[in-house]
Amino acid sequence: MIWIPELVLRLALWLLLAPLLPGIINKVKARVAGRRGPPVLQLYYDLAKLWRKGVVMSNLASPGFIIGPAVAWVALTGAALLLPLGPAGGVVSFRGDVLLLIYLLALARFCTAWAAMETGSAFEGMGSAREVSYAVLAEAALIAAVLSLIVHSGSVSLATMLSPTAGAGAGAALLAAGLFVVLLAENCRVPFDDPNTHLELTMIHEAMILDHSGPPLAAILHGASIKLLLFSLLLVQAVLPIGEMSPLAATGALAAGVLTVTIGVGLIESFLARLAFRRVPLLLTTAFLLCLFSLLVAWKGGAN
Amino acid sequence: MERRCQLSGTLNLVIGLAMGLNLIALGSSRLPTLIRAMSLQGMVLGVMPLLMEHERLDWRIVVVALATVAGKGFLIPGLLRRAMRAANIEREIEPFIGFVPSLLLGAGGTIAAMAMARSLPLLPEHAGTLLVPGSLAAILTGFILLIGRAKAISQVCGYLILENGIYLFGLLLIHTTPLLVESGILLDVTVGVFIIGIIVDRIQRAFDSLDTRKLTTLRE
Repeated sequence: MIWIPELVLRLALWLLLAPLLPGIINKVKARVAGRRGPPVLQLYYDLAKLWRKGVVMSNLASPGFIIGPAVAWVALTGAALLLPLGPAGGVVSFRGDVLLLIYLLALARFCTAWAAMETGSAFEGMGSAREVSYAVLAEAALIAAVLSLIVHSGSVSLATMLSPTAGAGAGAALLAAGLFVVLLAENCRVPFDDPNTHLELTMIHEAMILDHSGPPLAAILHGASIKLLLFSLLLVQAVLPIGEMSPLAATGALAAGVLTVTIGVGLIESFLARLAFRRVPLLLTTAFLLCLFSLLVAWKGGAN
Repeated sequence: MERRCQLSGTLNLVIGLAMGLNLIALGSSRLPTLIRAMSLQGMVLGVMPLLMEHERLDWRIVVVALATVAGKGFLIPGLLRRAMRAANIEREIEPFIGFVPSLLLGAGGTIAAMAMARSLPLLPEHAGTLLVPGSLAAILTGFILLIGRAKAISQVCGYLILENGIYLFGLLLIHTTPLLVESGILLDVTVGVFIIGIIVDRIQRAFDSLDTRKLTTLRE
């Protein structure tokens, strides 16, 4: 049972570091707009505050209202533990663990949507419908990206899949662009959804969690930040040749990569407006095609 | 041999860029973006002969390449932009084939072109390059734009992308085709676009719109 301390350490790292990312994004946005902005640790304060508060529950809601966020949080944490961290590898690694990762993300999404519809509010139904319909397209892009990694490395396990690069040059650039759009869509960032908006008609993710309060809301927010960290780590490891570096350099590269992705998200949020809803499928299709073409490059490169 | 590999790598990158521009052209709803993608593709393809023949550089090849870049990159888009300004339109509204379906069609066509070019009996020196799939993909993109767009200027852009594909195919025969033919085609295209610019203006005056659907109804 030598892996238990490592598991605990890893879990603590994921849980403690994840809320840092939204803080950095907000700081970048504030700086670009010329404001001081909230402190980087704001989400930690919010989570602590929410954790101490009570839960307001609708009479109509079934226990799914509480179970949904809890299951979603556990699924996201499990998905995070599956993802290998550069030189350290993953806690558990087996053939086809990438499929489990994708399905855990889908489970988390299902549970959030389920909990959102428990109160029977029209806005939350609308938010869930939007979230799920965008997820269909984003998932196709994510699966195409995973397929291109599989074809390139010839392995279906995350640890060996992510260690080589996704092909120098064109393939890696296409994959990076595609995965970045998927990251923005999956985490409801700006071209798809504005996390700061409070106009119910235009919200997606925020509309789903309108009726949640207290600890369940904290679980949802913390889960969202884990998801953001997970996607940025996936993007960085898919593009950078982490496996060929020394452990120290690889850790540095990972941290620098995640920071770059986070700042990139913040800059995009500062300079871009949200897309009109009917234009979103076009952008997601573009992301899917980018990943598909990187799959094509991997396939062609492998054949020669 | 190594130089050849390196060369075909650069060529493939340039052709891949042209394929990406095909998709941008299919996915853009604004005419200026479409015209920019089309002209950039023309310029990218215009420098291709210089890349392919940089060992035996002939002054005629340089002249044709420069004329292609100037014609497709500046002259033709300039004419189109003038026609667009005269007709006072900025963006395409509801095309026959929507943007997402046409994007998917274009990507499917590109992949099909890649798969098909493998089974074609090509010369060994062309087998490793993307010349044939690139040209087929551009021709398909041109067809999709010609069929699927309602505005006359978008259709002209489709026609020009189709011509880019044909030009790319012609590069296969760069050693044997007289350069006069290439320059003749370029001249034809330029004059064609010049005339189309005038026609677009006439359509706009006669029908108060550039929607080609309205051209099917007869008027007194």
